[in-house]
Amino acid sequence: MVRFILRRLLQVIPVFIGTTLLVYYMVFALPGDPIAALFGDRQPPQAVIDTLRSQYHLDEPFWVQYGLFLRNLFTFNLGNDFTGQPIAATLARVFPVTAMLAVEALIIQAVFGVAFGVFAGLRRGGWFDSTVLVASLVVIAVPTFVLGFVFQLIFGVNLGWAKPTVGASADWGNLLLPAVVLGLVSFAYVLRLTRASVSESMNADYVRTATAKGLSRPRVVLAHILRNSLIPVVTYLGANLGGLMGGAIVTEGIFNVPGVGNKLYQAVLRTEGPTIVSIVSVLVLVFVAANLLVDLLYAWLDPRIRYDQ
Amino acid sequence: MTSNNSHFVAPMDETPLLATDALKNEDAPLSLWVDAWRKLRRRPLFIMSALLIMALTVIALFPSLLSTVAPNDGCELANSEGGPSAGHPFGFTFQGCDIYSRVVHGTQASLSVGVLSVICVLIVGVTFGALAGFYGGWLDTVLARLGDIFFALPLILGALVITQLPLFRTNKSVWTVVLVISLLAWPQMARITRGAVVEVRNADFVTAARALGLSRFGTLVKHVLPNALAPVIVLATLELGVFIVAEATLSFLGIGLPEGVMSWGHDIAAAQSSIRTTPEIMLYPAAALSITVLSFIMLGDAVRDALDPKSRQR
Amino acid sequence: MRDKKMTISDVQVDEADYSGIRPLLEIRDLAITFKTSGGDVQAVRNAHLTIMPGETVAIVGESGSGKSTTALAAIGLLPNNGAVSHGQILLDGEDIAHATEKRMIELRGNTIGMVPQDPMSNLNPVWKIGYQVKETLRANGRPSGPDDVAQVLSEAGLPDAHRRAKQYPHEFSGGMRQRALIAIGLSCQPRLLIADEPTSALDVTVQRQILDHLDTMTTDLGTAVLLITHDLGLAAERADKVVVMYRGQVVEAGPSLALLQNPQHPYTKRLVESAPSLASRRIQVAREQGLEASDLLAPVAEAAASDQVLQIQDLRKVYKLRQGLGKTTAFAAVDGVSFDVKRGTTTAIVGESGSGKSTVAKMVLQLEKPTEGKILFDGVDTSLLKSSELFKFRRRVQPIFQDPYGSLDPMYNIYRTIEEPLRVHKIGDKASREKKVRELLDQVALPQSSMQRYPNELSGGQRQRVAIARALALDPEVIICDEAVSALDVLVQAQVLNLLADLQANLGLTYLFITHDLAVVRQIADHVCVMEKGKLVETGSTNNVFESPQQEYTKALLNAIPGAKLMLPPEVA
Repeated sequence: MVRFILRRLLQVIPVFIGTTLLVYYMVFALPGDPIAALFGDRQPPQAVIDTLRSQYHLDEPFWVQYGLFLRNLFTFNLGNDFTGQPIAATLARVFPVTAMLAVEALIIQAVFGVAFGVFAGLRRGGWFDSTVLVASLVVIAVPTFVLGFVFQLIFGVNLGWAKPTVGASADWGNLLLPAVVLGLVSFAYVLRLTRASVSESMNADYVRTATAKGLSRPRVVLAHILRNSLIPVVTYLGANLGGLMGGAIVTEGIFNVPGVGNKLYQAVLRTEGPTIVSIVSVLVLVFVAANLLVDLLYAWLDPRIRYDQ
Repeated sequence: MTSNNSHFVAPMDETPLLATDALKNEDAPLSLWVDAWRKLRRRPLFIMSALLIMALTVIALFPSLLSTVAPNDGCELANSEGGPSAGHPFGFTFQGCDIYSRVVHGTQASLSVGVLSVICVLIVGVTFGALAGFYGGWLDTVLARLGDIFFALPLILGALVITQLPLFRTNKSVWTVVLVISLLAWPQMARITRGAVVEVRNADFVTAARALGLSRFGTLVKHVLPNALAPVIVLATLELGVFIVAEATLSFLGIGLPEGVMSWGHDIAAAQSSIRTTPEIMLYPAAALSITVLSFIMLGDAVRDALDPKSRQR
Repeated sequence: MRDKKMTISDVQVDEADYSGIRPLLEIRDLAITFKTSGGDVQAVRNAHLTIMPGETVAIVGESGSGKSTTALAAIGLLPNNGAVSHGQILLDGEDIAHATEKRMIELRGNTIGMVPQDPMSNLNPVWKIGYQVKETLRANGRPSGPDDVAQVLSEAGLPDAHRRAKQYPHEFSGGMRQRALIAIGLSCQPRLLIADEPTSALDVTVQRQILDHLDTMTTDLGTAVLLITHDLGLAAERADKVVVMYRGQVVEAGPSLALLQNPQHPYTKRLVESAPSLASRRIQVAREQGLEASDLLAPVAEAAASDQVLQIQDLRKVYKLRQGLGKTTAFAAVDGVSFDVKRGTTTAIVGESGSGKSTVAKMVLQLEKPTEGKILFDGVDTSLLKSSELFKFRRRVQPIFQDPYGSLDPMYNIYRTIEEPLRVHKIGDKASREKKVRELLDQVALPQSSMQRYPNELSGGQRQRVAIARALALDPEVIICDEAVSALDVLVQAQVLNLLADLQANLGLTYLFITHDLAVVRQIADHVCVMEKGKLVETGSTNNVFESPQQEYTKALLNAIPGAKLMLPPEVA
């Protein structure tokens, strides 16, 4: 297990370097003046240009630039945004809010997705299964930002069950509605995946053998069907964290949640190139780290992975 | 049975002996595709989605068939947020434009971005995936690492960065959106293709074809790829829906299609300001978008079931 | 199960023991129906069998005969769409055909145990072996501490049981997994054990060890065994009574030896005639016809008859195995193998999995390059062939593979499959190719009407005929059969072997026959090469090797043929 963790850690390094290099290269090394490009049509004040030039060491050769950029990233020296605020401080303030939102959404999609999926998969072809299947297709088809407005209107404005916009009062309760919106599409995918996985492992030979051993039905379902079905679901949840981040941009924008996604969204609206690059790089770092965690969970669930060469 | 050791023989007429391994000649020959098509034809889900997609295609190709009003013509602020009236069944936007016409004309952008992106992703993803899976070696290693890198860059985040590039800022069009989506989505297609090819490449019929004298590349094209296509087709159909959502989301965020191109994403973004007063303005483009995506997702689901090899064993 | 040389008197002694005892399991008039989209299908009809306490009864039949379905009904494990539609399953007098799930859970494990067929798929890959034993003990209310678990495992013949219990299934070999499954099946000392083809996925020598061990354990515990098998020889050797099933019905049942010596039902007769493990001679039809055929082909055959078409010299194949962290170790899959193949004869390479026999076949087919050594074809070193010469070589040497489901491209219909070699080698025009395909179908006894069909519509035997037709399309001289009949049912296997023998006689073909099944070797081969762990341990004519094997390994292999110990009068065998 220790060797597996070490190997995974080693594999993460090239991925992280490659991804940040890709992002950095696209912004700073393609033809044209990167500073001018970052600002689009607007002419930034000379002071800002100078700060950026030294921030990104644009006079150095590319590899030195990139190396310094990486160092800055790891020391959270992310520079200032256009209002002069340090980006690192802003991130430190808004990150916990997004983490709360993401965890809540993750719990919703994992717990409800798996539970519904298991019930549907165990009784494949039953009324619950058929209803849930059609409903999940509809949920998948409605884009997150449409869902966000619809829920905001129905539950926030019309029914008044939740605050339509979160604003400064971001706590677990107020974040519930945006978390539901954020988690709903993945919830449908988790449900379908669990269902397929459960009905497949139900027909596995080892499940029949477990029954033949004299185990009770609940034990067969828990120890053999469910445990094995969770493996692909966990993989999906890990891969989907990136989708969750993308969704957070939209959801936080709609519900005015003061999180990372919202900051990113505002940066996009104001076309603040440097801020976008910094935040995306940090998010990639988080995503890669989270995937590492998921992989460890995966290895814990499936012992075969640990011994793969 | 009374005696334990009696020697029992079944009466002959009860179990007539058949010729060993006789060929059953009753049904017509079925290829995989014909078989899948027959299964599809019986699925209500497939019929529904196919009809919807056909209708959407017609609307996308000939929007003027359904709407005589051009989407940006006759926008009058006097009509702002106006309700339905004769010739304007869905009412008017905040800008006073005809919603019905805008919804009809938005179909084209959605479908073309979806279809074009899927084509690009198929070309790039299937080529790389098949070569990597079949030949292995350094190509496979490079592709796997490249896939990991793109995989660590989620679609929307990656699109945020790419669209900040000068190239994309100044030349926004359907093609730039297609390029952004394809660039970020091809690794998944390559992975699926690679997996399917690896599964088939060691099959005995591939070895047999090589022993016949067919070249390595010949076996890849003639035997391996056709047998690896099922998961690729399923993913392509599902991704059509996903890419349409991606385009709408990017346009909604203002980094997708240019302002001049009619897109449901734009209209939904524009309708935000009216959501408390006249939510219908958002409802129509949102419903159109959802129905379009739903029909592709349903199609993908039906195709997946029909191509499932497990349902084909006899 | 009793491991012994069975005679009629033994059986009679057994009968005396049983008098006055109630049967442990009695199946009466059983019918099992499956609900499918195409309507109800009756998989089993009028099935009946009786098992006395401590007795071993074997159900023999080909795939689809209903043998497994009958056994699964006895432990209440029919698939969801299947149900007992008629008849009774009496366990100690209690009808369990329609027992509640609660009652079945009580019975499973401690009254009826099961050893399933495929050791690879029947252990849950995510739980340690020890846990999978432990939960069995616990579910049946037995002590389930680490020592109890280890004891159960070591009784099933797993050494170092405490350590083994902490390992996962993927760390076990196939034989060890099967031992673990036997341990689980017998852990709660059931009165009846259902063993569904418990060893058919394993190598013959391992198979023998495991069956012997199972015999000893069930005898010690006094467990009755219901053994499901497709192998008549194995059934006769291991069981007191044999029940033969055919198309869902019991066609014949009786004491093993009596049934084998004096089969009554035509199906049983057919089965006894074709069972490879009981046959002792090479298929003769071909030999006799062969003489006539070679007369007709005199000039060609005469000149060619004496030469060595294939000469294998010091063949070695070394693979580099990755050990993680960039390290590799060399592994010699084939290590210094030399033998000759005479034109117009059959040479068999026999060995267990991992012996390197298939690697030899791949190298002869020029699909893998030897690390060292030479393969001479018609006196020419094949490693020196240029690509155009290699292309011509391929016309002369063709393969037939094992898996009848994997050897044909599912996207190609039968016509395209057989025509492909002609097209690749640009032989003839469309019309002449079609004529050739029709001829080939005739040769392998498939109706020409099957041309438009797809592989999934054919049975395993029919697919293998198509594979033979494809191999014959280029009029090759040598055919490499890599386990070509191993996956087929006994009767179909006999049919395909006869076809191969006929073709050899008529076309003067040379076969290199790769197989793990010594019984098949005896039926088809003139010469045998026995391989073990990459090395050739013994070669010789089939008769010599079978009658006076020189090496211990060959003896062990021969001993492991099920039914080898049975004493049968020659006219049956």
